[in-house]
Amino acid sequence: MTVGVPATPWFAVRRELAPRQRAVLALIAVLLPLAVWSAVSYVPWIWHPMMMVERGAEDSYLKPGTLVEHGAFVRENQRLVSAGQVPATGVPANPVFLPAPHLVAIALYQAFVTPPRLRGDPWLHQSLWQSIQVIFWGFTLSALVGVPLGVLCGTFAAIARVVEPFVDFIRYMPAPAFGALMVAILGINDAPKIAVIFIGTFFQMVLVVANTTRQLDRALLEAAQTLGARNRQLVTSVILPGIMPNLYSDMRVLLGWAWTYLIVAELIGATSGISYFINRQGKLLNFANVYAGIAIIGMIGLVTDQILSALGRALFPWQNQPVGAVTRWALAIIGFVPRVVLRTVARNRAEYQRSQAELLARHRAAAAPSAPHVERPETPP
Amino acid sequence: MSDVLALPDYTEMDPAVAARFVRLKQRPVVLEVDRVGKTYASAKGPTTALADVSFQVHRREFITVIGASGCGKSTLIRMLAGLEPYTAGSIALDGKPVSGPGPERGMVFQGYTLFPWLTVTRNVMFGLRMAGMGDDEARSQAQQWIELVGLARFADAYPHQLSGGMKQRVAIARALANRPRILLMDEPFGALDAQTRSQMQSYLLQIWENVNITVLFITHDLDEAILLADRIVVLGAPTPGIPHGHLMEIIDVPVPHPRSAEQLLSPRFLATRRRIEELIHGGHAQSTSDKLPMIKMTQAGDEVV
Repeated sequence: MTVGVPATPWFAVRRELAPRQRAVLALIAVLLPLAVWSAVSYVPWIWHPMMMVERGAEDSYLKPGTLVEHGAFVRENQRLVSAGQVPATGVPANPVFLPAPHLVAIALYQAFVTPPRLRGDPWLHQSLWQSIQVIFWGFTLSALVGVPLGVLCGTFAAIARVVEPFVDFIRYMPAPAFGALMVAILGINDAPKIAVIFIGTFFQMVLVVANTTRQLDRALLEAAQTLGARNRQLVTSVILPGIMPNLYSDMRVLLGWAWTYLIVAELIGATSGISYFINRQGKLLNFANVYAGIAIIGMIGLVTDQILSALGRALFPWQNQPVGAVTRWALAIIGFVPRVVLRTVARNRAEYQRSQAELLARHRAAAAPSAPHVERPETPP
Repeated sequence: MSDVLALPDYTEMDPAVAARFVRLKQRPVVLEVDRVGKTYASAKGPTTALADVSFQVHRREFITVIGASGCGKSTLIRMLAGLEPYTAGSIALDGKPVSGPGPERGMVFQGYTLFPWLTVTRNVMFGLRMAGMGDDEARSQAQQWIELVGLARFADAYPHQLSGGMKQRVAIARALANRPRILLMDEPFGALDAQTRSQMQSYLLQIWENVNITVLFITHDLDEAILLADRIVVLGAPTPGIPHGHLMEIIDVPVPHPRSAEQLLSPRFLATRRRIEELIHGGHAQSTSDKLPMIKMTQAGDEVV
């Protein structure tokens, strides 16, 4: 019989769990979706509404490698049998839009290490880097204007009364609708994309920041006033430091919005970036690659959020939030993944460049006899 | 009734105490409150929270303001602090009318209101920094005040690491660091447990005795009001006769100094206490209004009294 503090029940209203319980649940949170996905993908009698034809039949559309609906497969085979022919064989399969986990993992790896088809096309990591830059500039510009404006709105009713109705009006307009306009004004490159992200986040940001500013305990402002703080000092010495942690988490939430708008933004003007990759692979029905692309965005989001969260704890020590085991794990994992990816990318890139160099050298060698004294490496003889 | 103490009249006092009051009232007036009132617009039309309150606070005096809930004592101190405008009469500090909050009227709130993002030292430095004092000078002055309230060990702690009593000591140090002409305290110990509260009262008396400071202290606790005060301003809640918060009486506390918790049971203390109870609860009205319309829900023979 155990004596002492009873273990925390799993379902207790508004009570934190023991560290061990939290760790177990975090593990389940990761493994459970993966297990469901794996079960659906690898266990033949779960779902699998299609048949992948293995051995085809003559005089039939059932050719090896064809993916057909289960019912159609059975009917076609019955027809073949009644016609006295050898029926086709096949294995249960899932639709093309649900690739198995290992295929996505392979696609993820392949996507990074496959050279672009056309010279001058970006590698995946270059596309990603471009997407990140678009997000960064769109969001930074939005924050540079939106945060001060939001703080002013939350602080001075006179400013809020003028700014907020206008902002409230525009924020209901879908940001992508401005895409064509932005292209007309800003050209086809990154500028209109940055503008769409700006429009998508800025107006929300003003209202969210204004609201956060208003949440600050009024008593703190009163205390500061009785200590001699004047208007400007109230803003710089009480409101700004006081709202900083909430402002910080607002920014984390809004950064997620920026990623949502990125997908639309990248389709306007000259399509580029990670969404170009996803779209193109979708059109080619390479759904493993589509999932890989989506997973990349998810991972970037998770990584940034965890980094920002850890940074937040370092920035606001007075908030008394201990670093949880899950965050420590996440930091360890996300610290590990980019290292592996980057190393692989670097290695493959080096290999690619070496092979290109070899190719070039071979060209030169071939061109050399006919024109020994002239360097014409690119043109064949 | 034989079990009720026979107490002296609350206006009687020892000659030494009476002489002290004569000296006290000769001191210069720091705060002059003259027929102050506040009327605000509400859904039911203009409502008067407080009207016609007048009193003076002399230099280094300790005044407590007591009253039942709804008497407007919080409104009064917020008007004195300049956090709320008054709509009638005048408030003057050292002869200058009060308009808006200022560092010469320091305030300690019931809810601590420490800046959670600043350490204890930085909290105490706040007012000095706002006044434009350099960082080093402000820090060394703040350290003295932190030592005065006995928190030198916690100088680098953040407010969330402190107990309620410690937080309130920081708040007092923070207000005192500005060297205010008067320290306004709005039920500062109301959220503390009985033991901490009694300890804080003792600290506050020690600080008041040793620092050049005038205190106006709001409370709803009778013992606290008497134990701390030179004089007590008793405010009345609205009655059918007077439909707003109003001044009932200003009592010269006959309990001699230095004060300590042992005096809580002295005859003069109890006499004062009884007088305030009469004022606030309207004498005998209390015993009738305390009765609930009870139906007996226990079995016969199961009486507890």
